[in-house]
Amino acid sequence: MLIEVAGVSHTYPGREDPALLDVDVRLDEHRIGVIGANGSGKSSFARLLNGLVVPSRGTVRVGGWDTARDGRQVRRRVGFCFSDPDSQIVMPTVAEDVAFGLRRRGLSKAETTSRVAQVLRTYGLETHADHAAHQLSSGQKQLLALASVLATEPDLVVMDEPTTLLDLRNTRVVADILTSLPQQVVLVTHHLELVAGFDRVLVFDESRLVHDGLPEESVKLYRELMS
Amino acid sequence: MSSTLGLFRPGTSPLHRLPAGPKLAALVVAGAGSVLVDTPVETVVALTVVLALYPLARIPGRVLLGMVRPLLWVLVPLAVFQLVVVGGSRTAVLVGVILALVLLANLVTLTTRTTDLVDVIVVMCRPLRVVGVDPLRIGLVLNLAIRCVPLVVELAGEVREAQRARGLESSPRALVVPLLVRALRRADGLGEALVARDLID
Repeated sequence: MLIEVAGVSHTYPGREDPALLDVDVRLDEHRIGVIGANGSGKSSFARLLNGLVVPSRGTVRVGGWDTARDGRQVRRRVGFCFSDPDSQIVMPTVAEDVAFGLRRRGLSKAETTSRVAQVLRTYGLETHADHAAHQLSSGQKQLLALASVLATEPDLVVMDEPTTLLDLRNTRVVADILTSLPQQVVLVTHHLELVAGFDRVLVFDESRLVHDGLPEESVKLYRELMS
Repeated sequence: MSSTLGLFRPGTSPLHRLPAGPKLAALVVAGAGSVLVDTPVETVVALTVVLALYPLARIPGRVLLGMVRPLLWVLVPLAVFQLVVVGGSRTAVLVGVILALVLLANLVTLTTRTTDLVDVIVVMCRPLRVVGVDPLRIGLVLNLAIRCVPLVVELAGEVREAQRARGLESSPRALVVPLLVRALRRADGLGEALVARDLID
């Protein structure tokens, strides 16, 4: 899907400093990384892409849909994964959480059950189907959050620091899933090794998009900014 | 393994296979019918019937005992008070009926997924559409409330741990304020996730 961000600035209500300033970018690559320091604007940028944040100025279009005007249409096509899975899991048990998004999309009970079983198998959660979500480990919770998003088969998956709370093994698991996803992915991360091999990496600094290029050069510039 | 508030246990027993609607209806009927129980003998019969349903649902005895234990905090003082006020026979009926109803309600939640129970409530709320109530939203609110109980317990645990680490062993203010702040933050996050997952506008 083509992502078009044109002349976007955004200031959160009650704040003086802008979270994003004059961002202009067109993205249609398969794997797009977003890196930058804490508070640099990268998470706000990610939230623009499914209409969670509507820009104070400028426009964001995803697959031709305007995120300000057609938020619902955009969110049906753009899955969003947060860094804290506890904020994202809304149902009491593992299978119920995956099922809920599907039922809201109008799938029948039988179709939902079959899709849930398939998704849980794919992400190695089938033995936890009836377990309470709060009893899972952090890694399993993040897998569940990811599974619930991917079950709805979005065209674009936006992930905001999905590995921040994970250990090395679970980071690896999420990285492997990332690699195998057929969908277009926008990944916001502090784990720079995850964006190696990506098609394009954006670097944010002090609310601005300061660099846009191949992973190696982007990571190099980011390291220089941080030194 | 518990599913939500430490109750649902997955299984394939006849009670597990029974749809949620009839189970809830039976519970309502039992609750209403409990006013007809008048003698200790009838109470024993009612309790025996409820207890017999536990093996039918293949619920282990230790689970049953685990449920009775916290009830004793209410039932024992109540029994003592009733014994003094109304005598042995009425006390046996009152305490026995409460115990039977609570165990029956627990049996329903032990053998029924929360979403199935909530679905029944959503269906029951459908007539309210005429006055502008969205039944699906009611279901979502109920599910979220159930989901939030362990979350808040977890947050309280984290805050208590942080308190202890800083030597604040018994300060209610130091517990309530950060707990409220964290709970509100978590609620913000949940709201954002609901929008992101297209579950609400």
